[in-house]
Amino acid sequence: MVAISQDTMGVVLNAHGLASDERRERWMVFGLCGPALFLIGIVMVVPVAWLFGLSFVGADDTLSWENYERLWQSKSYARIFKTTFEVAFVTTGICMLIGYPLTYMMAQLPRRAANIAMITVLLPFWTSLLVRTYAWLVLLQRKGLVNGWLIDAGIIDTPLRLVHNFTGNLIGMSQIMLPFLVLPLYASMRAIDPDYVKAAANLGAGPIAAFWRVFFPLSLPGLFAGMLLVFVLSLGFFVTPVVLGGGRIIMVAMRIEKSISLYSNWGAASALAVVLLVLTLACLVVAAKLLKLDKLQSSGGSEG
Amino acid sequence: MNTNTAGRKALPITIRGVTKTYGDIYALDDVDLDVRSSEFITLLGPSGSGKTTLLMVLSGFNRPDSGSVKFGDTEVIRLSPHKRDVGMVFQNYALFPHMDVNNNLAFPLKLRKVGGADIAERVKKALDLVQLGGLGERRISQLSGGQRQRVALARAIIFEPQILLMDEPLSALDKNLREHMQIELRRLHEMLGMTTVYVTHDQREALTMSDRVVVVNHGKLMQIDEPKQLYERPLSKFVADFIGESTFLPVVVANGQATVNGRSLSLAEAPPSDDSHQLLLLRPEKLEILPDGPTGNYNCFTGKVKDLVYQGESFLLYIDLDDGEEATLRSPTRREVLDAVPDRGGDITLGLHPEDTIIVSEDV
Repeated sequence: MVAISQDTMGVVLNAHGLASDERRERWMVFGLCGPALFLIGIVMVVPVAWLFGLSFVGADDTLSWENYERLWQSKSYARIFKTTFEVAFVTTGICMLIGYPLTYMMAQLPRRAANIAMITVLLPFWTSLLVRTYAWLVLLQRKGLVNGWLIDAGIIDTPLRLVHNFTGNLIGMSQIMLPFLVLPLYASMRAIDPDYVKAAANLGAGPIAAFWRVFFPLSLPGLFAGMLLVFVLSLGFFVTPVVLGGGRIIMVAMRIEKSISLYSNWGAASALAVVLLVLTLACLVVAAKLLKLDKLQSSGGSEG
Repeated sequence: MNTNTAGRKALPITIRGVTKTYGDIYALDDVDLDVRSSEFITLLGPSGSGKTTLLMVLSGFNRPDSGSVKFGDTEVIRLSPHKRDVGMVFQNYALFPHMDVNNNLAFPLKLRKVGGADIAERVKKALDLVQLGGLGERRISQLSGGQRQRVALARAIIFEPQILLMDEPLSALDKNLREHMQIELRRLHEMLGMTTVYVTHDQREALTMSDRVVVVNHGKLMQIDEPKQLYERPLSKFVADFIGESTFLPVVVANGQATVNGRSLSLAEAPPSDDSHQLLLLRPEKLEILPDGPTGNYNCFTGKVKDLVYQGESFLLYIDLDDGEEATLRSPTRREVLDAVPDRGGDITLGLHPEDTIIVSEDV
């Protein structure tokens, strides 16, 4: 009543000014994202759009489907995509099998010890990817350290073929990808209230039942996030398969590089990139649908 | 849920010589405690007193350095938590967020290999018992604080444990809901008859709910008594101070006579024989204003009015006693009482009935 009578008496209630203040503040907050949005536009959106356009340009500089037709018709391309997905899939599996128990142990450690363990996990990140990959070559090659030790120890007579093949590529890629699985998984495990596991024990669950029925399901969002990260990164991997695959493992990224540096065929390279991008996105969509990621996320550890 | 268990004898708990140290700190210092069958007992103490540690020893999550804990005649001190078969309500409820309410309640039953149809029936009964019928399909994140509290309670009792442990279960609720749940917990306890150990730092909650209250401090049990006895006859300064508001005056006890600054006190009970480290306990609501000066056999204290704080249904009066301490008086805001209060700085005489004249030992 008071407000109304004041209004009718001509007292300014500032509704217009308050609303414009609100709008200005919102734009200012949005403005903070400006540099990042600009950068993403320059280094991401524009080049991808350009690639997309190039992939529809034929050898005679006219609009054509020929780059995609070639991909579709040639068996070698299908094989390359199959290899790429195989490598990414198996690498993800190995990282999960090694990474989950490792991360579980780290999540049980006291904070200080866990931080030290995390530093050792991240240590490889501080050296160049190329150096790490060549280090694997030194270790794994025919007359490398691993074969030397195994022969000296009398375990084998002839050197194992550990490198320049699928195995060598997997060893190298798993090591490089492991931190990408450990980081999100560790965050997710740390967020699980230890009282959940205690409650499970109190209600009659032994250690194994408490793990599988309570801890493991609650750690799944982090595990899926890590696995997706490893999978997607593996799909586009280049350096390690080149060095450790020894020409026997040809992944999409390597084929793209070859198309450009050897044949200067930008159209073919772009088509490969677009197909890989689409397949990767399709994988993400299917994974999100299958795993109901958003639902798991919302019910994750940080409850209450 | 078998609701007809009131007549059943629940297991008593016998605690002997339980000690837990962290470095030089005694979290529990040679604790002995007998919890009777079907008793509701509350561990009350400030944070860090060891009350939660003792509860965790009972649930099996804390391994003490030494001691014995028996449920009935069974020694459980070395038994793993999942084999102890005690219900527990956690402070933050610890409801599994990846399961709906039904599955949270079914969890202990599935582990006990109860049949599917039986599980559904018992879950429904348990939900009805805590007045959450029809909410079984809800996810935990869709429940309010009070509803979560009820689900946690239902989950702790659905497998019919004979012992129920509760770790500050109401501390996350707002005041009204908390008082409502206190009454409901009491009602459930009377219905189900489980031996219950309850931990809280809220003295009013402890007095409201418990058959007996154990006051814990520095890992020691300071006093074990029924609520009324604990409040009206505290044995030590710590207990008197922790439960209720208190002012203390130094007392000299000699030849069976207690004196404050040379004035002897009328006591309902003979004073303790020990003559050193004694204190007279003044509770705000036990003091009366004597408008006509000392009368009858009241123990009287004179002083000057310092301040009056009006709080609606009651008021607080701060008085600088001639004996040197500042006493507080609380009284209902009845007209004749308010009229009897002198102005600020005025002389006032306070009376304390001999029955309410309590002498406690100073903590050493």
